[in-house]
Amino acid sequence: MAFGSRESVGLSRRSLLDLLLSGSFVAFLGAIVYPVARYLMPPKVPETAVSSVIAARITDVAPNSGKTFRFGSKPGILVRLPSGEWRAFSAVCTHLQCTVQYRSDLERMWCPCHNGQFDLTGKNVTGPPPAPLEAFDVIVRGEELVVSRRA
Amino acid sequence: MSSRDARRGGVAAWFDERLGISDVVAFLRHKTVPLGGHTVWYYFGGVSLFLFGIQVATGLLLLFYYKPGVDSSYESVQYIVTRVPFGWLMRSLHAWSANLMVFAVFVHMFSVYFLKAYRPPRELTWMTGVGLLVLTLTFGFSGYLLPWNQLAFFATKVGTDITAVVPLLGPTVARLLRGGDEVGAATLTRFFGIHVAVLPAAFTGVVFLHLVLVQRQGMSDVASAHATPRRGMAFYPGFILRDVILWLGVLAILLTLCTFSPWDLGLKADPFASAPAGIRPEWYFTFVSQSLKYLPAHILGVDGEVVGICTFAAGAAFLFLVPFLDRGAAAGTRSPLFTLIGIAIVLFMLTMLTLAYVKPY
Repeated sequence: MAFGSRESVGLSRRSLLDLLLSGSFVAFLGAIVYPVARYLMPPKVPETAVSSVIAARITDVAPNSGKTFRFGSKPGILVRLPSGEWRAFSAVCTHLQCTVQYRSDLERMWCPCHNGQFDLTGKNVTGPPPAPLEAFDVIVRGEELVVSRRA
Repeated sequence: MSSRDARRGGVAAWFDERLGISDVVAFLRHKTVPLGGHTVWYYFGGVSLFLFGIQVATGLLLLFYYKPGVDSSYESVQYIVTRVPFGWLMRSLHAWSANLMVFAVFVHMFSVYFLKAYRPPRELTWMTGVGLLVLTLTFGFSGYLLPWNQLAFFATKVGTDITAVVPLLGPTVARLLRGGDEVGAATLTRFFGIHVAVLPAAFTGVVFLHLVLVQRQGMSDVASAHATPRRGMAFYPGFILRDVILWLGVLAILLTLCTFSPWDLGLKADPFASAPAGIRPEWYFTFVSQSLKYLPAHILGVDGEVVGICTFAAGAAFLFLVPFLDRGAAAGTRSPLFTLIGIAIVLFMLTMLTLAYVKPY
């Protein structure tokens, strides 16, 4: 019995040491991996929230054509319909973030990357895009076209 | 023996004593390569390695002039190809050899696949090989952005957004790759570091493991014939000399391509311009981009691209694990199902590649 109990004490001491050793090894690895992982993840940069920009001058865009413009950190697209009416949308395709262009032959916005099409209300009508383009408001202020995010 | 011969013998013997070169030569003479109708496929691994060597050499040379940065990348590549003596050659060699390397790696992989050379005991050789294929494609993807031109910009935008589509970890990985929310200066810096430091180190390590495994297990013989003893060719000098002749042929093809069709630089990237019509990634990614065009917006209530990307991820997992899935080949019998799957994959890739160039929309 004495032999058996000594063995059980020896075993538990061994397993305790194993536990401590493997625990410290995991902690050691964690202490290396955690800062590296955090370092690699870029910090959030507070984005200056753009609510409106001067997208173009009236004379820049002919009827039945479009023009991309800078809206904060992303591109937007301004479209002048054949009727002369103005529309503006986010130009970032909702499929895989390519930048759309205006196709005068289709009278639609078209993404050349995967052939997605959006109608002149921004709705995804054919191809792979799963959602419509975000629509912006356009105000004509003298010669300038002011595009603003909808409230 | 003249005194000169004795001296040369002395120097050679001095090095041999310290490095054991004659042992290596004796080992290589003893090593044999199986001969037969399929021997031609054994050369493509060597061709891939040769082209990797060209990539390292020309990549190092490009580093002497290339300046990463949204205001300097495009300009420095332009400077290399227009002003630096033989700069056009170095850049074209790097770009063309990258494409030939991807081609050679694909041929190597599919030949090994169809010969079922992944069967035991070569499972790890196959898996390190799939790892090298992934690293090769990552090399291509990261290097493509470095000239900071229009095509590269949109390819990277779409490519990183594809990772963002993967459920759970996807968005985090995409942010990690981009170095922020958008493809921009931070992405260029990251891709540069990944392309010139991380990937070469990883590739060298995995290639070493791959070659050690090939060395340890010898080259696989064709499954159907492995019962009968076959003729073999000594690796040294017979096979290695044929290898070198082929490498010289590849070098000749490469230089011809560079001279008569130098790699284009295109227009500088403009993050606020529309993607140009006819945009497509490098040919080896067209099977993904072209098939994404045909997927509808939603499949069974899930976004089409999520279904597409998850299918490609499953395909990659299949490829990685095929030694364990193909029980027939493992048991030494025929496995026509896996041959058919392989043929289907090749046909799919070739069809999408053709459509991307002939009828993109």
